Amino acid sequence: MPVLARSLDDALESIEDGCVLAVPRESAGAPMAATRALIRRGIKRLHLIALPTSTLQADLLIGAGCIETLETSAVSLGEFGPAPRFVAAIRAGSIRMRDATCPALHAAFQASEKGVPFMPLRGLLGTDVLKNRPDWRVVDNPFAADPQEASDPIVLLPAIKPDVALFHAPMADRDGNVWIGRQRELATMAHASQRTIVTVEKFHDGNLLADKTLAAGTLPGFYVESIAVAERGCWPLPLPEHYGWDAEHLQEYVTLAATEEGFAKYLDKYVYGQTTASSRSVQ
Amino acid sequence: MTDLAFRDEELLASVVADLIGDVRHVAVGNASPIPATASLLARARGNGRPYVSLLGSQRHTFWTDGGRELFDCAGQGRVDVFFLSGGEIDGEGNINLVRIGDAEKPVARFPGSFGSSYLYFVVPKVILFRTEHSKRTLVPKVSYISAPGGSDDNVHRTGGPIALITNRCLFSFDRERRRFCLQSVHPGHSLAEVIVNTGFEFDRPPDVPTTPAPSAETLRLMRQVVAPELAEVYPQFAAKVFGIKAG
Repeated sequence: MPVLARSLDDALESIEDGCVLAVPRESAGAPMAATRALIRRGIKRLHLIALPTSTLQADLLIGAGCIETLETSAVSLGEFGPAPRFVAAIRAGSIRMRDATCPALHAAFQASEKGVPFMPLRGLLGTDVLKNRPDWRVVDNPFAADPQEASDPIVLLPAIKPDVALFHAPMADRDGNVWIGRQRELATMAHASQRTIVTVEKFHDGNLLADKTLAAGTLPGFYVESIAVAERGCWPLPLPEHYGWDAEHLQEYVTLAATEEGFAKYLDKYVYGQTTASSRSVQ
Repeated sequence: MTDLAFRDEELLASVVADLIGDVRHVAVGNASPIPATASLLARARGNGRPYVSLLGSQRHTFWTDGGRELFDCAGQGRVDVFFLSGGEIDGEGNINLVRIGDAEKPVARFPGSFGSSYLYFVVPKVILFRTEHSKRTLVPKVSYISAPGGSDDNVHRTGGPIALITNRCLFSFDRERRRFCLQSVHPGHSLAEVIVNTGFEFDRPPDVPTTPAPSAETLRLMRQVVAPELAEVYPQFAAKVFGIKAG
C-alpha cells in the first residue's frame, strides 16, 4: 500500500543523494513544491532525467548545486527565454550533460517498462547527439529485406531505470491510486522506475478505480510508494486544466537568476523563505 | 487600419500557412508561436482540415497517449508537417540546437535538440523557421548537428526540410543537392540585404519576387479566430502580437 505521507518532507524521504531521479515536463505536472523541499533539504549529486525536457525545475536544481548529471532533450524557460542557471552551468562545465532527443527518452523509458534491455529508434544517424552518446549503439536491422544488398542501420537505446519517479498530479484517492488523465508518460515513468513518489492537489473521496470514467486515467497505487498533498504543487509552473504559468513570477525569476547573487536572493525569498506555494495557497 | 497594415509575424504566419498546403496532420513543437499561428490559420481556412497538434496544449491536440504519441505518430508517417528552428542553420540544411564551441567549454549553449534528431528524418515536410536572419544564425557550417539536412542513401529517411523562412525572406530546399534556393524577399527587404546577411551560399532565380502580403481575409482569420486559440499555449506572444489578454 502506498503511504499517505503526513508531510511533503516525509513523502520525499527516500530520495537520496546521488540517486537517479525522473521528472516530467511542465505540461505533465512538474513537482515544484517537492523540488523546493528537496533543495531546502540540501539534496546533492542528483542524476536528473527530465522526460523529455525541463524548464524551471532543472534550472532551480542546477543553480542550487543539487545536480551532478542532467539527462534531457532541452532546458529553457519557454516563452520566458533561456534557462539562466542551466546555461551558466554548462558554460562553466559544472554539471555533466547528457543531451538526448525527446523520442529517445520516451523509448528508453518504454524499454524499462517492458523489462527489455533496449529499444530501437529511427533518426539520429549522422547527428552529434548520437556521436556524444557512447552508451547508444548502431546496429544493422536484422529484419531488413535484403541485408546483404543494402544495410539498414538503426540506433539502439539502453533502457532507462530510474531509482525514483517524482511528479505532481491533480488528485489521488486514499488507496494510493493517482489520477493522471491524459498525461500517460507519468504512467510510463512510474512503470519504469524502482519507486514512485507523487504530490497531488487534493485527495479524492472514494476509489478512482471504482469509477469507470476516471479509472482509465488512473495510475494504480500498486506502482506508488508515497503520496503527499501539495496544493498548487506545480507553482509557478502550470498544472494542465488547473492553473497556468505564473508569468509575473517567471519574469522575476529571469531577472534574479541572471546572476549568482540574484539567484541566491531568489532561493532565500522563495525556497528557504516563507513565500512558498503552500503558504500562498492557504490564503 | 488598412488591409496593407500587418505585423511581421502575420506575414510569416501567412507564408507558412501556404507552405503547409493540403495535408491531414500538422504538428507544432515547443517555442514555435509563428508556426502555431500558421497551423491554426491553415485549419481555419480548411474548415477543420488539417488536424493540428500543438505541443503543450490541452485543447489543440487529440493525443491521449502522453508525450510519446507525437513521435509514434510521426514514425508511422502520420505527421505530414512539422517545424524546426536552430541556433544555427547551415547551407546544407543542418540545424544546431545545442551549442557553439567544444563540449567541455562551449561559448554558447542553446536549450537542446528537443525532438529534432528524430522528426527531421520522418516528417515529409519540415519547415525551418528562424526569425533572426543574420550571419550569426545562417552559417556556412553548423558547429553541432542536432539534425542533418540530408542522409546517406542507406539511412531510413522519409522526411526532411522543404523550406526555410526568416524575417527577411523565404528559401526552398532542394534535398537532392542539399542546397537552399531563394524564393521571395519579404516586403521592405532587399536581395542585397539577404545576400549580405546570409552566411551560406544559395541559388536564386534571375528575378526574385516579393513575398505576397497576407490578404484581408487571412488577417481577419488570424486576428479573430486564431489569436484567441493561440493564447492558451503562447499567452505572451498572443498578447504582444494580437493584443489578447492572458487569461
